[in-house]
Amino acid sequence: MGSNDQLESMFREEAAEHLAALESTLLELEQRPQDPELISQAFRALHTIKGSGAMAGFDAIAAIAHEVEAVFVQIRQGKLQASPNVIALTLSAKDLIRSWLDPQVQVSTDATARMHSACQAILELAPAANPEISQAPREQSRNSDGQTVSHVRIAWAPHPDYFQNGSNPLGILSELNDMGSCQTTTNLASLPCLEELDTETSYLRFDILLQTTKRENDVRDTFIFVEDRCDLKISISPAAPKQVDTTSPASETQPALAGTSSTLSSGGAALTPARQASPSNRPAESASSIRVSAEKLDSLVDLVGELVIAQARLALLASNRADDELLSVAEDIGRLSAELRDNTLDIRMVPIGTTFVRFKRLVHDLSSDLGKEIQLETEGAETELDKTVIERLFDPLVHLIRNSCDHGIESQEVRRKAGKNPVGTVRMLAYHSGQSVFVEIRDDGAGLDSVAIRKKAIASGLLDETAKLSVEELYKLIFLPGFSLAKAVTNVSGRGVGMDVVKRSVEALRGQISITSEPGKGTTFRLQLPLTLAIIEGLLVAVGEGKFVLPMSLVEECVELTALDIKRSHDNRLTNVRGELVPYIRLRDWFRSAGERPAIEQVAVTTVEGKRIGFVVDGVIGQHQTVIKSLGRMYQNVRGLSGATILGDGSLALILDVPALLRSVQQAA
Amino acid sequence: MPKKILVVDDSSVIRQVEETVLVKAGYEVASANGGKEAIRKMETATFNLILTDLNMPDIDGVSLIKQVRASAKHRLTPVVMITTESKDSKKQEGKSAGATAWMVKPFTPEQLLSVVKRIIG
Repeated sequence: MGSNDQLESMFREEAAEHLAALESTLLELEQRPQDPELISQAFRALHTIKGSGAMAGFDAIAAIAHEVEAVFVQIRQGKLQASPNVIALTLSAKDLIRSWLDPQVQVSTDATARMHSACQAILELAPAANPEISQAPREQSRNSDGQTVSHVRIAWAPHPDYFQNGSNPLGILSELNDMGSCQTTTNLASLPCLEELDTETSYLRFDILLQTTKRENDVRDTFIFVEDRCDLKISISPAAPKQVDTTSPASETQPALAGTSSTLSSGGAALTPARQASPSNRPAESASSIRVSAEKLDSLVDLVGELVIAQARLALLASNRADDELLSVAEDIGRLSAELRDNTLDIRMVPIGTTFVRFKRLVHDLSSDLGKEIQLETEGAETELDKTVIERLFDPLVHLIRNSCDHGIESQEVRRKAGKNPVGTVRMLAYHSGQSVFVEIRDDGAGLDSVAIRKKAIASGLLDETAKLSVEELYKLIFLPGFSLAKAVTNVSGRGVGMDVVKRSVEALRGQISITSEPGKGTTFRLQLPLTLAIIEGLLVAVGEGKFVLPMSLVEECVELTALDIKRSHDNRLTNVRGELVPYIRLRDWFRSAGERPAIEQVAVTTVEGKRIGFVVDGVIGQHQTVIKSLGRMYQNVRGLSGATILGDGSLALILDVPALLRSVQQAA
Repeated sequence: MPKKILVVDDSSVIRQVEETVLVKAGYEVASANGGKEAIRKMETATFNLILTDLNMPDIDGVSLIKQVRASAKHRLTPVVMITTESKDSKKQEGKSAGATAWMVKPFTPEQLLSVVKRIIG
């Protein structure tokens, strides 16, 4: 008996909660009678009351709930409308149930009968009286039996941990298959190679086209147990199911090419390895995306750039006026425009994985061309970079991969003799570090032959026979124009164009390239790239009347340069930074600035290609995040400058292209 | 080979109902009167699906699900929790413990079969 009492009181408590929820749902439903979510909520509340009422022995309550539930079944199926009548009826049913929850109240059979006939009256309206509701919406058509057929498109991406709670996608797929004509395309883009495959991780995505007489709710119900373990998008597609991009035959055979277009999508990490997509940061809604042309994005970024400049002027003005109200508005605008700028730039970020997959194909083709067996491994496909950076990075990466496959990886016999795996490996990895993204191409080939490089360089007249160079310096020679180590010119490489082009392209992206190599073990090319091209984090410095920006990614520290320091170095343009002698370039001299040199100058110490170089300036103004403006056609070829920026006071600062500037100085010397 | 299902419930009525329905549908069914017996049975046999009540006196359903997910043999086995509470909090608790699906009591034989079929075919 005791357990029965407990059950009854449990039911009373629970039912009261459901009734309260039902009431607020009904009041909302009155405002939005078409909202399917509200209809479902009301239905579920009634359904639960009915179910648990029957269990707890509240048969009269279960009966009433059942009557009203039947009405909501019809509404859910679109055969009835949630009219004011229905809502009034449901509200009175709710009141009746609530009163019966009180153990003191006698159940009245009269009330039950009245409720029954009221419900029946409404149910009788269902088939014919409301034809405008059951009429097929535009996207539906009728099949020969007169039932409405809708075309449902389902984009379903189970999360990587999908199997971990015992779920199996097959059950759902077969259930969908039973609902009507069902066309399922499996997207294998995230599937890794066999060695990396974790059998307990879900990598697959499914695009399903379903023609069914069932309603969208029924289709959605199929996923009820897994909805928080997957990204799900269900849409009723227009009448004829057109070939949608992801279901086109091409994506079945060549998933690699699917992501190469320059369009962006916020949920577009289609080619990102599934294991990176954690459920917390990718809710189901994020799967929806729109396509926007790249030009629109570019002009948005330009506008935001202008806004940031205007905001800087406003901030300057406001701080000069000492007007508190103006200052607070200026601060608000400053905060908002910074946020807007970050969000806008973020839209342009795309995962580098979209290019990685293209290289799989390249390596595959190269291996058969070269008669070698080479596999490409990738890592960090989810690393995001500005769209423009990724596009302009493609050609340099192709060069590097070709080089690694052709020069780096040895032939199978050589590898066997050296006791290596006859299958060569080229690894591409991408990762974030600070304000930069690093992309590495590693091969496990023979490594660079510094002796051969030296000989070749001397033979080509690029190096003096007596020159003493470290191994690292020798490696860098391969970036010189016209340098080639290939014994024979092949289709793949060996024409001596390539590495210098690679270096220039990377520098044009304000990036740097470095080499490490170990004989017999392999070579690594490491590209350091800025996150975005539109904005530069820079150090603003003053030289004479002019202002210049040094890219912050290169600057290590700033030290003072006094007359004494200059005297000590015997005017050799060297300064002592904590025991290390660092050569410097005096920008005042290089740009022939007018005016007097200050007594104490500042040296901004930078690291370029592994070497420390100082730039002597009159003064360091501070860190400055700035929008890059191109110099225009007239000045775009000026060496040593990569662009300009407008400062808050409306004046102009030139952005220094440090590697190019260094080369000019070296040539002039 | 018929698929094997373990039904766990402290109420013998519920166990009887589940067993009858599932055996009739062609499944092989074993039953346990609580979490402890369920764990014992899982050590000696391997199941394709586990149906468990949530409120049980010895080991409750949520802890049972957690133990299933931690076991070597059954950690990827689907578990359906059967609950009288339709409260979301309880459902959420079971889900985060690793339940594959859930059903609210009372259910009809058709509902039981459709859930089982959706999960193990």
